[in-house]
Amino acid sequence: MNDIAPTQAERAEKLQGLGCKRKRVEDIRFTQGRGNYVDDVKLPGMLFGDFARSSHAHARIKSIDTSKALALPGVKAVLTAADLKPLKLHYMPTLAGDVAAVLADEKVLFQNQEIAFVVAEDRYIAADAIELVEVEYEALPVVVDPFQAMAPDAPILRDDIKDKMNGAHGPRKHYNHIFNWQVGDKQATDEVFKTAEVTTKDLFVYQRTHPAPLETCQCVASMDKVKGELTVWGTFQAPHVVRTVVSILSGIAEHKVHVIAPDIGGGFGNKVGVYPGYVCAIVASIVLGVPVKWVEDRMENLSTTSFARDYHMATELAATKEGKILAMRVHMLADHGAFDACANPSKLPAGFVNICTGSYDIPVAHLEVDGVYTNKATGGVAYRCSLRVTEGIYAIERAIEVLAKKLGMDSVDLRMKNLIKAEQFPYRSALGWEYDSGNYHVALQKALDAVGYPALRAEQKARREAFRRGETRELMGIGVCFFTEIVGAGPSRHCDILGVGMFDSAEIRVHPTGSIVARMGTKSQGQAHETTYAQIIATELGIPADDITIEEGDTDTAPYGLGTYGSRSTPVAGAATAMAARKIRAKAQMIAAHLLEVSEYDLEWDVDRFTVKGLPEKFKTMKEIAWAAHNNLPPGLEPGLEAVNYYDPPNMTYPFGAYFCVMDIDIDTGVAKTRRFYALDDCGTRINPMIIEGQVHGGLTEAFAIAMGQEISYDAQGNVMGASFMDFFLPTAVETPKWETDFTVTPSPHHPIGAKGVGESPNVGGVPCFSNAVNDAFAFLDAGHIQMPHDGWRLWTVAERLGLHA
Amino acid sequence: MIPAKFEYHRPTSVQDAVALLAQLGEEAHPLAGGHSLIPVMKTRLAAPEHLVDLAGISSLKGIRREQDHIAIGAMATQSEMIASPLLAEILPIIRETSLLIGDPQIRYVGTIGGNVANGDPGNDMPALMMCLDAEYQLAGRNGERRVRARAFYFGAYDTARQNDEILTEVRIPIPAKGHGYAYEKLKRKVGDYAVAAAAVMLTITNGTCRAASIGLTNVADTPLWAEAAAQALVGTRIDRTAIANAANAAEAITNPASDGHGPAEYRRKMTGVTVRRAIERAKLRAEV
Repeated sequence: MNDIAPTQAERAEKLQGLGCKRKRVEDIRFTQGRGNYVDDVKLPGMLFGDFARSSHAHARIKSIDTSKALALPGVKAVLTAADLKPLKLHYMPTLAGDVAAVLADEKVLFQNQEIAFVVAEDRYIAADAIELVEVEYEALPVVVDPFQAMAPDAPILRDDIKDKMNGAHGPRKHYNHIFNWQVGDKQATDEVFKTAEVTTKDLFVYQRTHPAPLETCQCVASMDKVKGELTVWGTFQAPHVVRTVVSILSGIAEHKVHVIAPDIGGGFGNKVGVYPGYVCAIVASIVLGVPVKWVEDRMENLSTTSFARDYHMATELAATKEGKILAMRVHMLADHGAFDACANPSKLPAGFVNICTGSYDIPVAHLEVDGVYTNKATGGVAYRCSLRVTEGIYAIERAIEVLAKKLGMDSVDLRMKNLIKAEQFPYRSALGWEYDSGNYHVALQKALDAVGYPALRAEQKARREAFRRGETRELMGIGVCFFTEIVGAGPSRHCDILGVGMFDSAEIRVHPTGSIVARMGTKSQGQAHETTYAQIIATELGIPADDITIEEGDTDTAPYGLGTYGSRSTPVAGAATAMAARKIRAKAQMIAAHLLEVSEYDLEWDVDRFTVKGLPEKFKTMKEIAWAAHNNLPPGLEPGLEAVNYYDPPNMTYPFGAYFCVMDIDIDTGVAKTRRFYALDDCGTRINPMIIEGQVHGGLTEAFAIAMGQEISYDAQGNVMGASFMDFFLPTAVETPKWETDFTVTPSPHHPIGAKGVGESPNVGGVPCFSNAVNDAFAFLDAGHIQMPHDGWRLWTVAERLGLHA
Repeated sequence: MIPAKFEYHRPTSVQDAVALLAQLGEEAHPLAGGHSLIPVMKTRLAAPEHLVDLAGISSLKGIRREQDHIAIGAMATQSEMIASPLLAEILPIIRETSLLIGDPQIRYVGTIGGNVANGDPGNDMPALMMCLDAEYQLAGRNGERRVRARAFYFGAYDTARQNDEILTEVRIPIPAKGHGYAYEKLKRKVGDYAVAAAAVMLTITNGTCRAASIGLTNVADTPLWAEAAAQALVGTRIDRTAIANAANAAEAITNPASDGHGPAEYRRKMTGVTVRRAIERAKLRAEV
């Protein structure tokens, strides 16, 4: 030892491990235009594919004439369903147990549905050629309103399954019905409602929207006919599952399929599914023997690949006069579009929407969900939310507000009265979840103190009086939301994708000089996995994060995992990372004992080294141990220092938070201005506070967009409205409110480092908070529930209805 | 989102550009900043076979004072207009309006000529030019002519400009010193077209409105000059009643379309709101 040896704290700081606001290492390339995205993949002889799409929402295809397109110089092939049928690829299986058309077979079921895939020498020729594909249609009646889908005389949408009255999730009630899913105790719930002192019932509509990542969906498929191997680069949030699906569908053995997800420009659920573009590019490459690229444009992205939400939730609460909630009863109608391609664990047709009792101790509840087909685009992805959690939390958080008004109580008091108490954890909810940990009252109180809640209510009271006196044309709304997220899918006893359990994985290799490469089964789309996984390893192994390279997305090198969505990376792959690191540390301890000639049990871990207990000057650093692992091992111990872990989580994790929003609404224009937004998140152990803050900012911005304007709507003929950024609301920095973030820390008891995941919490909590603020602004005028999105003209319409413009 | 095939031409003089347009005929289209034209080409709603880019014609640049007019070259960008000390002093409403067009990147490329000549009812400059009683200088095969902005717009993308003409200059009469002005634009977000917008110019003497002019954006298939609305102010002290009368008169001449930004009725009412707010702001700015 010498005099200038760094202190323990200095050594820990140098690691940039857990809790460090380490700068995002991937941003060095992202901010310099040096990322490597799918569209950057350029291969010799590569062709380009493009789709001829349906102009109708529902029509029989009488004929498809591709001759003119084929005659255009530079066009190499035009695929239609007739070409895919012999390969049995005109339909593909969906994650939800349905099938979806790859290319329209006999009928089109939504506008912009894929009809023919043109392959040409460049993008310009392909774009010209799709205009030359001639399709003759016989228009059919259209179903746009999900409430009309199961009418006795409704048009039959899915001819392919019209007689199949047993769906993937049990019996179907109607030819346009997909599933009926029930959870909870119906009889007990109905009994409570019969005698309850106070009940509420409202229809909360969570409109159809879209994740709209900046990079659209795209792929490059390259078949090497000599080696019999297929390589696919694509925008895949779950590359390993894609490889399995491609292998099953194509018949090419899985070890000869190489799926690579390079840098991804945002996913938010849009890039979980398998789309016709991927299948067609692969088929075209197999047929033509050259690489084929497919890149979706913005209108295709917004109108065809994976919408989100579209849930219509009849929500009821039963309570005592004093505000103790006794029961919850919900019926949800889910509009899945033309095919059921929801991205849920295969056994759960409505995902985790049964989290809809929220953060409250509700003794009994019953939830029923019916899914229906309509003439709309397919999908139903989790748009920055863990698998229908946003829908469920929206329902309860709006219902709480409605109940509070009916009881004449402040909604914060009602929440305080019904929140699950700290001593009740682990808490078993009436709809079947086991909440791992929480300290809800403390979090809500911290938030109340931070925003100065009583003063806000006093200000609102004064402003309402001024409004009544005609002194202001603005309404002040205070939005409150207390949410519980459910992330980290998930225990394979509940959660699988096409039969593959939803575990995840990490493989860590320590090099002789003590640097590390680690690979995970997840795939970052901007979440900064390269930064945060390295921080977990840095703390577990005492190697500086800067000496650790994280790689994901190449199915040839990374261990099998189920991918990144539903905030599952930290809860599942993050756990695998910690567990793999602990295996390495255990072996390192044996090597250190050998080097120091003491028993393993005489050693203790000290930041970046093993030290002989009581003799701090006797130690071996991880760097020294790494070297020894390759040349000086205890007898019988195999060389090397690496480990792999496949982690099947024992439970989900349950992040939570308390959000507040203060808003002013100009009743003459309907324009709402968010004056203040405060978000307290508890995501358990915090790996990188800066990245958490960034994730919360991003999630809140998307929540703001959804609540205040985003919608994918259809006219009565099924024409998709607003599938461009001229109409679809993507706020800029100018419109986006300023975010105040805060936190409490309640570690997950079952996660190796106590982390819960955070990326989607702000979307789950943010949307109801904004909507509650809008509803609160109008509440004193008895406006009733106001549906989202809360854009200018809709809020102006509310004011008009209330006679405020007279 | 890939345009059909077209030929690109880049003449360096107005004469050459006009000759090219005459020679290429119906399928040629002049290109200025391209912010209206390129998006419709990308969606193939328009497919001109020839684009005649005016960016290489240096004589179309510049902002000058000419006796009782301000002359703005057609290829002056919004960003150049925002930066112009001359406009800031004499016609500050142009700066205020330009700052509400698109975003900084768009304003570096978007030009006044393209904005007024294309006949896109969503553009902001046409209603402002009607309000200011600007004239457009057009150069064609048969020489030059001037058309008042108030007589230029026939329908959506349908204007007094002939196919072989180029709009070379915008000429704006210098308004009275001490005038009040405001451009009030209601939009959902940066980069959006207006739900409704109003340009207002006022001259007030001894508390009484002596002259007024009002232009309306995106509430009909052309920009509108709201003559009756302006007249409702002249001779008044611009009190609440006068403002309400002007707003009602403005609403009465609108014929908006319904779209994702709101139904027609909303846009009609927002015309009244933007007119009212623009008048109130212009009144505060006017030297009385």
